[in-house]
Amino acid sequence: MTHFTVNGRDVSVDALPMTRLLDVLREELRLTGTKEGCGEGECGACTVLVDGVPVNSCLIPLAQAQGTAITTVEGIAEDDRLDPIQEAFIEHGAAQCGICTPGFIVTAKALLNECSSPSRRQVREALAGNLCRCTGYQKIVDAVVDAMGAD
Amino acid sequence: MHTSTAPVWSASTLREALELREAHPEATVLAGGTDLMVFVESGAMTLHGVLNIWGCDGLSGIERTENGVRVGALATWTDVRRSDLLPSALRECAATVGAAQIQNRGTVGGNIVNGSPAGDSLPLWLALDATFEVASTGGSRMVPAAEFWTGYRQNALTSRELLVAVHIQPNPADHLHFRKVGTRMAQAISKVVLGGRLRVEDGAIREARVALGSVAATPVRLPSVEAALVAGEGREAAKHVSADITPIDDIRSTAKYRLSVAERIVSSWIGQCLGRP
Repeated sequence: MTHFTVNGRDVSVDALPMTRLLDVLREELRLTGTKEGCGEGECGACTVLVDGVPVNSCLIPLAQAQGTAITTVEGIAEDDRLDPIQEAFIEHGAAQCGICTPGFIVTAKALLNECSSPSRRQVREALAGNLCRCTGYQKIVDAVVDAMGAD
Repeated sequence: MHTSTAPVWSASTLREALELREAHPEATVLAGGTDLMVFVESGAMTLHGVLNIWGCDGLSGIERTENGVRVGALATWTDVRRSDLLPSALRECAATVGAAQIQNRGTVGGNIVNGSPAGDSLPLWLALDATFEVASTGGSRMVPAAEFWTGYRQNALTSRELLVAVHIQPNPADHLHFRKVGTRMAQAISKVVLGGRLRVEDGAIREARVALGSVAATPVRLPSVEAALVAGEGREAAKHVSADITPIDDIRSTAKYRLSVAERIVSSWIGQCLGRP
């Protein structure tokens, strides 16, 4: 049994220790907001926060989740109130097919937690591990910059 | 999906890790997982057991030592980027490894032991004359970087040893250089990666280390180029690059392009160091 928290809730999972955290979240815990894109750490669609740090959940085995605090896209909004990043994505139309969106939002949240007013360049760099194959980068970066009140 | 059914042993202290390594020499060591998880998921690697050292005490951290700096094997690229104890070339290198998600998880030790010829940091360890501290239950030993990679993805570790730390003695007077050529700024595997170090005294090169990745079966030093630099050939020394490397055509690039780019990045760096653009 592996014990950790997801979005503040205690969970215990009984699965093979090498099961990908991505599969545990989606299949065992039914938190399907986290998406699988490439499944090999290239695209960032499966980004979650482990102890506040953005990581690719496709590259983390369940065994390494023991005792951690995980945040998925489902944990970004507070109750019914969307996070300013989510509001900005809506306002800017920063989603097309939407598969990459949860990963972008989680990565952007980690950036905001660490740096309250990043430059546009810092935003682009922080998001460099998230790919959008609809190539909507301009609107995504605009949304994050707007949400963070950056220049 | 290939979920491995292999057992996982997790170590919380170095002693425990070494004992588990001794007890399960068939186990594959798992640190940040950024390479291993990809190999397993694709079916390219079958695990017979996993020794999980992520979070293990005594293997992380970057600290000053009597003679230099000790980088724990589990130091992540994010740790390296943020450490003011390390030379800027090494921090620049860390910033080119994948992107934030990979830098938060990928480790210095993983890059070294995985030993991909394209490993971003490997030429720099050669250029720095780094030594790798490896340990087993029987004790520890130091292996020079130049003796560590013995063949394609092969290294000098025995099945009972773990890489514990990397030791470097950076000299602020040296010109240390990192240059990676890839398809894009982030999330790229290198086509050619350069780590170089020159010690220049009175306008003359006294010591030269030139190392490249992605141009041979292992990261390599370029002895002909190094000798030509010390002999005073200056930028012309880059002409000897072809004598020292054996690049191949693969999915990321061609042998011809790699050779051409390798010569150019070596030449332009030497020019910068000698003050002649």
